[in-house]
Amino acid sequence: MNILVCIKQVPDTTEVRINPETNTLIRDGVDSIINPFDTYAIEEAVRIRERVGAGKVTVISMGPPQVESALREALSVGVDEAILLSDRAFAGADTWATSLTLATALKTLEFDLVLCGKQAIDGDTAQVGPGIACHLDLPQVCYVSKVREISKEKAVVERMMEDGTEVVEVQMPAVFTVVKDINEPRLPSLKGKMKAKKAEIKTLSAADIKANVEEIGLKGSPTSVNKIFSPPRRSGGEMLEYETAPEVAKNLVGKLKEMQLF
Amino acid sequence: MSENKLIISKEKCVGCGVCVKTCPFGALQMEARLAVVTDSCTFCGACVDSCKFGAITLQRAEKGAKKDLSQYKGVWVFGEQIDGKIQSVVIELIGKGRELADKLGEPLTVAVLGHNMDDACRELLQYPVDKVIQVDTPELADYASEPYAAVVSDLVEKRKPSIVLAGATSIGRSFLARVAVAVQTGLTADCTGLDITEGRLLLQTRPAFGGNIMASILCQYHRPQMATVRHKVMTEAQKDGGRGGAVEKIGADASLLKSRTKRVDFLKEVGEKINIVEADIIVSGGRGVGRPEGFEMIGKLAKALGGAVGASRAAVDAGWIPYSHQVGQTGKTVKPKLYIACGISGAVQHLVGMNSSDVIVAINKDKDAPIFEVATFGIVGDLFEIIPALIKEIEG
Ligand SMILES: Cc1cc2nc3c(=O)[nH]c(=O)nc-3n(C[C@H](O)[C@H](O)[C@H](O)COP(=O)(O)OP(=O)(O)OC[C@H]3O[C@@H](n4cnc5c(N)ncnc54)[C@H](O)[C@@H]3O)c2cc1C
Ligand SMILES: Nc1ncnc2c1ncn2[C@@H]1O[C@H](COP(=O)(O)O)[C@@H](O)[C@H]1O
Repeated sequence: MNILVCIKQVPDTTEVRINPETNTLIRDGVDSIINPFDTYAIEEAVRIRERVGAGKVTVISMGPPQVESALREALSVGVDEAILLSDRAFAGADTWATSLTLATALKTLEFDLVLCGKQAIDGDTAQVGPGIACHLDLPQVCYVSKVREISKEKAVVERMMEDGTEVVEVQMPAVFTVVKDINEPRLPSLKGKMKAKKAEIKTLSAADIKANVEEIGLKGSPTSVNKIFSPPRRSGGEMLEYETAPEVAKNLVGKLKEMQLF
Repeated sequence: MSENKLIISKEKCVGCGVCVKTCPFGALQMEARLAVVTDSCTFCGACVDSCKFGAITLQRAEKGAKKDLSQYKGVWVFGEQIDGKIQSVVIELIGKGRELADKLGEPLTVAVLGHNMDDACRELLQYPVDKVIQVDTPELADYASEPYAAVVSDLVEKRKPSIVLAGATSIGRSFLARVAVAVQTGLTADCTGLDITEGRLLLQTRPAFGGNIMASILCQYHRPQMATVRHKVMTEAQKDGGRGGAVEKIGADASLLKSRTKRVDFLKEVGEKINIVEADIIVSGGRGVGRPEGFEMIGKLAKALGGAVGASRAAVDAGWIPYSHQVGQTGKTVKPKLYIACGISGAVQHLVGMNSSDVIVAINKDKDAPIFEVATFGIVGDLFEIIPALIKEIEG
């Protein structure tokens, strides 16, 4: 079973803050990490390969050259090969152009399954996975929380929905996007780290994957960012001063009753 | 002009570096006390506004449209159904969709995919919608991504709506991305604001970077303009007797109904748990609750108020309460009339999931906790003293 995992390098959003005085984003010292949901996709791919006992796991990422560090990290936890799609022509892509670029590269590879994270934590769109599936004319299952059975022909998976879990049978090859409930990613071993350090990372340009430059990057993106601003703040709050707990409880409950909240 | 350009004036730039810090994409760098643009630039214009010296100008490319955009008219709402029941997010979208349609002076249509949904579709006409399209066939009874995407893509290509909206639910977010690829147009995910610009474009506002920033997005040269919209952000439409419109019931060509996935089972969430997304009152606990038993107290307060129990991710990660209760970026978005946050610091990832609640009460030991910035009423104190007092006060 050959599995391709699409991973994205993202800023660690817990650290991204807005400077309230200048209303600007503070980027200083923000680390780059593998999109957390993608680490579950990597782990699941490695587990499926281990379970099936044959095949290869390849991670692929589109981004600037520094994404190499994310790919090496993936190589340290059991991934066999890594591919970096890097080209000025890819820059500024929205989800349409990103999914086309990835799909175009995936087409040149042999695979039985494509895994993505549920969404990337910078853009939070969750659109690239299904977008790839459509570009490749493959079936998809989004929000997979468990792979029950899997072979080259078919898989049975659980998919998380708002009101429960759907059990889906899907013909392979297919695209899955995974949620964090699916597994607990392993930590890199010393041997894994050594291997990752030495591994060769294949870098492909737009020409290498024969992408049409009109359809990728900023040029190929139907959507454009018009403006960026900081979220509006709520204001007009009131701090309730008090001496004893029963007193403040009475005050608050009185106010809430007055507002007819219950 | 065929390319976007960000131009930095060498004369005006003083090398202060504010733009470098402003850029959400890290696309500006300082070189020899001069700001320079790199390939990561998406031409969003954030830096233009930040430069106090007027050194940055943005020239947007005048891209031509491939299609004749004037043919595209009307606002469509995807009428998501589960087990034949129209989902409440659809009623919210009708409310917003009506407003957008009125601004454009164009009709509002709801498109429902399902089977045996005559009554539900007729009921939709009681809301301020002009028309309902009902695609009725057994293959569409349960959601499946391929036929849903194919049927909607086909309808969109034939009927050419200008705007298509769907709920940002696990169904809406799964299939609409396929539609966008198939009909070659843009899709904006998980919007929290929608409006029409002076140029009659759909202005789509959404949180990004974990809710740290908001971005407004346009789809200028492709149609339809499509968005998934976050549940519980828009206000539900009211039944107003409708517009005298009709339900158009149609079938779907067999070639569109091919599916390589099959639902074999559905495991409904067990327990009498109130769905927090629908609750009017939510009492949430965070790390400050300290232990699983602490949630019993939270539960008691919720029960006294007739509400549901929510939680921060820290409480869920600690294993004190299941994930289905998590509120926030990676949990659920809620918009109750009353949200009581107990022992929650108010991290931005939590706030994005609850800050549109009508009234927020925060109870926290730390007077500087960010939760107080969004609270309608704040109580600085120990939740183990305050909550029992509240329960006592309510139960009388
Ligand atoms: C990608 C990503 C996604 C995330 N998604 C979510 C999400 O969906 N939802 C979410 O909630 N978080 C999310 N987080 C985590 C978020 O950043 C915070 O870590 C989390 O919300 C903190 O939870 P907390 O407020 O309960 O805990 P803490 O930040 O530890 O705060 C506990 C608070 O309790 C107070 N306290 C302690 N004891 C008492 C007492 N006896 N009485 C009164 N007050 C007391 C303390 O003063 C403190 O303010 C996400 C993070 C990342 C990186
Ligand atoms: N530039 C990229 N390179 C590789 N994979 C990506 C990229 N962008 C998105 N993905 C994949 O698509 C998923 C969803 O991303 P998004 O639609 O941006 O939220 C991610 O979890 C990744 O698996």
